[in-house]
Amino acid sequence: MSNLETITRQLVEALLRLDSPGVGALLDGLRPLAGGGPSLDDVVVPALERIGRDWEEGRVSLSQVYMAGRICERAVERLLSPDRPVRGDRPKLGIAVLEDHHALGKRMVKSALRAAGYQLQDYGHGRRPQELVEMALRDQVDVLLISCLMLASALRVSEVVAGLQKAGSPIAVVVGGAPFRLEAQLWKEVGARAVGRNSAEAVAIVRSLAEREPWA
Amino acid sequence: MGMTSSQRLQETMQHREPDRVPYSLPANMHPARDMGLTIKEYFSRPEYVVEGQLRLRKKFGNDMLCCYPFAGLEIMAWGGEAVYFDQGPPNAGAPVIKRPEDILALEPPSVEENPALRGVLEATASLKAAVGDDIPIAGVIVSPFSLPIMQMGFEAYLDLIYERPELLERLLRINGEYCVAWAKAQIKAGASAIVYSDPASSPTILPREIVLRHGLPTARSIIARIGGGVMIHLASGRGKDLVDDIAETGAVGMSASAEEDLGQLKAACRGKLTLVGNLNALAMRRWTPQQAEAEVKRAIAQAGPGGGFVLSDNHGEIPFLVEDEVLMAMVEAVERWGRYPLDWVVVDGA
Repeated sequence: MSNLETITRQLVEALLRLDSPGVGALLDGLRPLAGGGPSLDDVVVPALERIGRDWEEGRVSLSQVYMAGRICERAVERLLSPDRPVRGDRPKLGIAVLEDHHALGKRMVKSALRAAGYQLQDYGHGRRPQELVEMALRDQVDVLLISCLMLASALRVSEVVAGLQKAGSPIAVVVGGAPFRLEAQLWKEVGARAVGRNSAEAVAIVRSLAEREPWA
Repeated sequence: MGMTSSQRLQETMQHREPDRVPYSLPANMHPARDMGLTIKEYFSRPEYVVEGQLRLRKKFGNDMLCCYPFAGLEIMAWGGEAVYFDQGPPNAGAPVIKRPEDILALEPPSVEENPALRGVLEATASLKAAVGDDIPIAGVIVSPFSLPIMQMGFEAYLDLIYERPELLERLLRINGEYCVAWAKAQIKAGASAIVYSDPASSPTILPREIVLRHGLPTARSIIARIGGGVMIHLASGRGKDLVDDIAETGAVGMSASAEEDLGQLKAACRGKLTLVGNLNALAMRRWTPQQAEAEVKRAIAQAGPGGGFVLSDNHGEIPFLVEDEVLMAMVEAVERWGRYPLDWVVVDGA
């Protein structure tokens, strides 16, 4: 097992034990950004992805995913200098819960992305489709992440996509939440660019979009 | 002459095979469409809900009826509001517990004096008068352990569980008083059994050790105080790893998630708990009648033999957008494949 795999495994174990000091000690030994030797990026994101997959497969609970994201987010923010952004200004990310007030999914995605060094514009919860379109256009975000709990709200993502298209915007809409997990084709039906089956997948999706889109 | 729905359900809950697999298709918003009402209008008057349940029985032959409208009702009882949608169930609005310390001053609402709850009780009593003892009526409560998801928001509730155990215990006690009163009132109004909706007690949501420390002890205490038949519903969440623990709460049944192997779950529950499920309610919107039949056939093959099984969806609510044609295909499939003895299961090896 490589050094990186060992650290990642230890991090997963510490996160599932809710061992914040242990997580901090593991991450203290890593560099903030890419370069020589293991960096935060090399370890934190794979650990959260592993926990996310374990949740999908019924091996850990949603609350453990939430707590892991929260602990990582705090640990990473402690290690990073507040006056120096980890990544460039792009991609600009916006996140919101469409229509309902269940904001846990958004919180978890936000934690995963912040733990990976991204900054997000949080548009809150209970948002109407037109509100989200206006906010995303106003801020010129590159990716709009939308979390939904109910099928009725999930179907209204199509109104956000249509609103953005009507404005000629290239903003990529990425969705997640229970309706999309239990109904595998729903994200395509509503016109989303991608779907995340767990919160940590958001990081991989944003990275993947960043490789294909002219954002740099 | 065949069995009544009550006899059919009683038989299957005794882990014996009745005349056919009992089923409940909780398409509880669908009557609004037939009656030319919005979902909000439909749930606004008890007489509409009674009419709707009778229509559902006539159209789909459900073996169990239910006047409970939607989970967001609970937040209305605690002084909050429900948010209505045109194409789906009303959802709980903003949390009523704004900060953990609010729990110190929290008191359970009076069931009898609350207009939203009173409407459900009126509907249950009217429906009971209409159907008598032949068709059971299910009452519903959201468990003391799951109510806080709506009362204070999921994130704040998880923080409470992990960081404020003393306030969690207090909240569970307050909610317990309310839940027992609410369940007993529904039974008094005519409900034959109580569905104890407890998604937070699924390992999908919380780790087993927390569920065993808080969720299921709470369930055991509440079920003992309700004094009627109770089925624990995990609302799409997994439950296989908790079967023996759920059986020890005194519940007579539990839900089956669409994300679990129904055959394995049935093997774990055999003789202990009646399983209810596990058709994927969200996927139904896309099903053809042929897919609906195939899914019903699969579920019956996996869980029907020996009784102890009620065919239903996984979540306790069929989306408004599922077509009647698909629901009718399920009904016909039960008639075709659900008659006991299920000889074809052995023949097909399905």
